[in-house]
Amino acid sequence: MNNIISLQKLRKTFGKFIAVDDINLNIEKGKIFGLLGPNGAGKSTTIRMIIGVLEPTSGTAIIDGKDVTKNPELIKKEIGYMSQKFSLYEDLTVLENLKFYASIYGVKTNERDERINQLIDMANLSSKKKTLVKHLSGGWKQRLALSCSLIHKPKILILDEPTAGVDPVSRRIFWKMIFELANQGISILVTTHYMDEAESCDEVAFIFDGKILVKDTPKNLIANENVNTLEDVFIKYVENKTGEKVSASFEKLKFLQAGEENGF
Amino acid sequence: MDFNRLLAIIKKEFIHVFRDKVSFGIIIAMPIIYSLVFGYAIKTEVDDIKLAVLDNDKSIESREYISSFETSKYFKITKYVNSLDEIEKLIDGNTVKAALVIDANYSENIQKNLKNGSLLIIDGSDPTVATTALQSGLLVSSFHNMNLNNAVDINEFGINTKVWYNPNLKSTNFILPGLLAIVMQNITILLTAFSLVREKEKGNLELLIVSPIKPIELILGKMIPYMLIGFFDLLLTLYFGLLYFNVKIAGSVFLLIGLGSIFVICSLAMGMLISTIAENQVQAMQMTILVLLPSILLSGFMFPLEAMPKFIQIIGHLVPATYLIEINRGIILKGNDISYLLKDTVILITFTIFLLGIAINKFHKTLD
Repeated sequence: MNNIISLQKLRKTFGKFIAVDDINLNIEKGKIFGLLGPNGAGKSTTIRMIIGVLEPTSGTAIIDGKDVTKNPELIKKEIGYMSQKFSLYEDLTVLENLKFYASIYGVKTNERDERINQLIDMANLSSKKKTLVKHLSGGWKQRLALSCSLIHKPKILILDEPTAGVDPVSRRIFWKMIFELANQGISILVTTHYMDEAESCDEVAFIFDGKILVKDTPKNLIANENVNTLEDVFIKYVENKTGEKVSASFEKLKFLQAGEENGF
Repeated sequence: MDFNRLLAIIKKEFIHVFRDKVSFGIIIAMPIIYSLVFGYAIKTEVDDIKLAVLDNDKSIESREYISSFETSKYFKITKYVNSLDEIEKLIDGNTVKAALVIDANYSENIQKNLKNGSLLIIDGSDPTVATTALQSGLLVSSFHNMNLNNAVDINEFGINTKVWYNPNLKSTNFILPGLLAIVMQNITILLTAFSLVREKEKGNLELLIVSPIKPIELILGKMIPYMLIGFFDLLLTLYFGLLYFNVKIAGSVFLLIGLGSIFVICSLAMGMLISTIAENQVQAMQMTILVLLPSILLSGFMFPLEAMPKFIQIIGHLVPATYLIEINRGIILKGNDISYLLKDTVILITFTIFLLGIAINKFHKTLD
């Protein structure tokens, strides 16, 4: 089997609300996989079940051949996770943050320093080693968060909207690092709202209302739907599902023009 | 349990505390400032009451009477005036707290063995000062009167009094043992209440949950630093609160520190409980105030529980600090050994185990 992540009829309900509705999904080893969908579609809930923070209501999630609910401790060591909030300690320095996560993940001291040096080089943080994280800008923080999530040599990297609120240059640098990591054989699962990022993925899935609508390579999706960009594909799917045009609602806001006509 | 992970959490927690100026200030300054301020400021006994004197007689006898006020340490004569109007102004302006008006016929009255006709006016706006002024005024006058009548034994009625444990009735001796408990509690609760909720708010906790760290490692890692800090502050308050003010510890210092340490754990549990219940730091602050205020007002720290209505007394007995204050006073003032403090100790330990149990349980659930 060549799937690093395999979700089978995975389901999560909160009371009567179905957040994730019997999802089946296979993600290949060594690929960059993009999970796309509007806010509240169930992306984060799915991810939280994969990383073992949320327990599924039913179904299974198999990570690297192991059932998440049965071997949470083993799987936690295989996953590197980076969330939207970056989750760094602001009052610790760059080096202290890296060392802290290294100890938490049980990285041995003799390996630790070598890894930290490489990660600092990769993220181009060598001049900031002793800077408190609160003094770093968004792009730096993001790269440090990525470094922290790699300290324990995970097989899978899970990134939940890693580039939200980061400037375009930093985004570009960040994705270069992601490609490099994928080349080295790390499997990557990423959620994003940026369609240019989504188009760089090897494969993407659209999730909506807790269901997977489609899963394919970006190229195939664009070709099949006969549109120009992945963004068009995305909007087309949402429109089909809700039965409403995304742009239509603006025409209803007549009061915006009404003022001028009445001579205000 | 992985010792390195535990150590990493402890180290990180210490960095948080020492890099945050406010937290660091609380740890170092609070015990010292509280000790000094409370030690000096909270005095329920009053001496050197400022007194104005209006001597209408101006005789040798009247001067003797005035000097008996002066030599008592209760009063301090700050003004000699010539009219009642002046006295009114002085009392209104808070320049004096009492005034002695001596009748123009004072010396005559004394010789004829009549009432001497002098008047002690007291500003009643502060009952504590007024009560002392009233009682000391009467006392000074009657002593003076007995001296005039050449009474040999001033204690004619024959009652002997002896005040035990705090013979000088110094209120610092009463306040400081209680302060020891209050400082330890305030610091420990304040620091722990924020430690977890801050990580919750900033998203750090999520990353810890994703990591292979075990709940017990995180719980202990968060508790140990604040336990050590609480212990350090216990010693600091012990020094500034007791040694500096010359409060002698009649009982065992080790018993005092031992039971104090149990109380630190108890406060820690309260702080952790707040930290798990609160969703953000604002809520944590509000809950902390909600807990701290009753423990200062209803624990017998300042006001005796015995004087409170039954219902309030019950609330007071639900405050763990109440028991440590009893214990501290017992050890420091009375020199009690553990056999006298058994009841308070058992209740304190019960509170500690109970609160710690709930806190750890809640903490576990936050992590799951």
